Amino acid sequence: MCANHDSLPSPRSRRGFLFTLGLALSATAATLAGIPVIGYIFGPVRGRAGQAWVKLGAVAGFPEGQTRLATYENPFRVPWDGPTAKIACWVRRISGDQFQVFAINCAHLGCPVRWFPQSRLFMCPCHGGAYYEDGSRASGPPPRGLFEYEYEIREGQLWVRGGQLPTLAGPV
Amino acid sequence: MTKLTGTLRSIVGWLEVRTGLAETLTPAVTHPVPRRTASWWYVFGSATLALFALQIVTGICLALVYVPTADQAYQSLQYLNDQAAFGSYLRAIHFWGSNAMVLVMTLHMLQVFLWGAYKYPRELTWIAGVLLFLCTLGMAFTGQILRWDQDAYWGLGIGASIAGRAPVVGSTLVHVLLGGPIIAGRTLSRFFALHVFVIPGMLIALTGLHLWLVLRLGVNEWPMPGRVVDRETYRKRYEDEVQRDGVPFFPVAARKDMVGMAVVVLAALACAAIFGPNGPHGAPDPTITDASPRPDFYFLSLFALLALLPPWTETVILLVGMPLAIVLLLALPLFAGTGEKSWRRRPVSVVSVLLIVLVVTTLAALGVTSPWSPVMDAGTALATPVVYVQGRSPLELQGALVVQNKQCRNCHSLGGEGGARGPALDGVATRLTHDQLIRQVLQGGGNMPAYGKNLSPAEVNAVVAFLETLRPANQPPARAPVSPRPVPRQN
Repeated sequence: MCANHDSLPSPRSRRGFLFTLGLALSATAATLAGIPVIGYIFGPVRGRAGQAWVKLGAVAGFPEGQTRLATYENPFRVPWDGPTAKIACWVRRISGDQFQVFAINCAHLGCPVRWFPQSRLFMCPCHGGAYYEDGSRASGPPPRGLFEYEYEIREGQLWVRGGQLPTLAGPV
Repeated sequence: MTKLTGTLRSIVGWLEVRTGLAETLTPAVTHPVPRRTASWWYVFGSATLALFALQIVTGICLALVYVPTADQAYQSLQYLNDQAAFGSYLRAIHFWGSNAMVLVMTLHMLQVFLWGAYKYPRELTWIAGVLLFLCTLGMAFTGQILRWDQDAYWGLGIGASIAGRAPVVGSTLVHVLLGGPIIAGRTLSRFFALHVFVIPGMLIALTGLHLWLVLRLGVNEWPMPGRVVDRETYRKRYEDEVQRDGVPFFPVAARKDMVGMAVVVLAALACAAIFGPNGPHGAPDPTITDASPRPDFYFLSLFALLALLPPWTETVILLVGMPLAIVLLLALPLFAGTGEKSWRRRPVSVVSVLLIVLVVTTLAALGVTSPWSPVMDAGTALATPVVYVQGRSPLELQGALVVQNKQCRNCHSLGGEGGARGPALDGVATRLTHDQLIRQVLQGGGNMPAYGKNLSPAEVNAVVAFLETLRPANQPPARAPVSPRPVPRQN
């Protein structure tokens, strides 16, 4: 076999030019194909700030001094979300127009906390976190109190800004 | 008959002339291996491969029916369980096969570690193996998500919450993981793609590399104490041993491999027939608040660890400790690539294995009972033991009622029933005095919430009166330590 065929051709020759062209074209093709792929995979990040006001129900439906479960539909739902389009939260009406709306997700690792009206505590079934009725941490592993929704009262209806899974990196 | 064999032979011959497969594969299949490695200890790798094949076949079958959309996945699993011919059994095989695969792969890894097989020149074989192990755990987690029940939904919540603890990129990670701002339809599609395309592709590629390296570098010889691995001499010594005293892999060593492969597959089939499929447990409706999510067994130890770690160490251990452990595992052959292979001369390795196995199994066992989790229905489901209400005064009985109604037993057991988050209340009066009981109830502490705001003074009195009766008749109540009498100063 001739040595010329084995080794890389000199970049100045016609073969060398073709070789370099081949490499450059392949790299361009890979980049052009890669950009939309990466953009597609990381697409959901763009909606990071996405929160929307959603209606939880009439203020009258939440008796003063009580904490009740309320549910709303994810404002960013897609038609095939099924039951997971629903989101639950705990609404505490302190008095009058004073509310606290808590995410159902434990601040420790996101499990659903349950309200116990008799002992006035939220308890988590996963790792035993407990919170007082105002959402502050009572005991267990949670590093902070329950995540709280921003709320507004418009024409007798309670609205919250929701649609995000609350984690330590980003609130509801 | 002879004619048939003749036809067959000519077909095989026709194929061989064109493909040359037999010519290429025969040396690979019959290559000599060290005599002692034709051992039962060496069957775990091929057994894992057999289980992987079983997972691929049953997985493809399940994908024929499973609908990977959030609104119908659950129903399609129920259809598989109740209506599809053999659907329930195939789901069961896939589930038990996955359990067996994680288990047998772990055994393979422990054997390889203890036999020093990761040392020179098989470093890359080990690294590919660790990546295979991680991919298999990835399959286990994503597979659990495809079950799309309450455990899957809240398991994702746990995964996202862990990702959300990462500084700076936490939020980005959560959204990339979930495919959107919250767990929903797009999340399931992501995990379906991972479970069915991405990770299996990686597994197949890595398995190819792993097997190629085993063929190229030879099966690790049986380690003998004192036979130290030296980069200069090892390969020649290995070749000499194999030439002098080797046996062909097929059929001498392969006999045991075949038995091992058949046994693990049969065990998975038997477990599937006896215990059936796992779930789905409860529709993935996040508004059902009485869910008590638990992971499958491979992640129970991690689940337990997250309950038992001091809270301030969690983020560090999750985000630094875990990746560091993986890097250590991958880099093991790079810093311990030579020296003794025999476990008899590697006490640190043996102790490490024992310690890791002990810790992981203990944590997993704790994960099964989850003593840190409150018993959520203790207030309504459990009765106060009769002995604790007999002969009590009205005030004490009132206290017993408060203990029951305020869900104290979610965390404290009484007569062996109730939570184990806090200490059992039987005998509490032998440990705490009247004043200490009041203080504990009002202010909490030691992981107990303060009940000062939730109990009226009358209720506190009643509870403490009741708690003071909780001691065995032959044991005295707790007494406050008497402060020592001051020693008169001598002038």
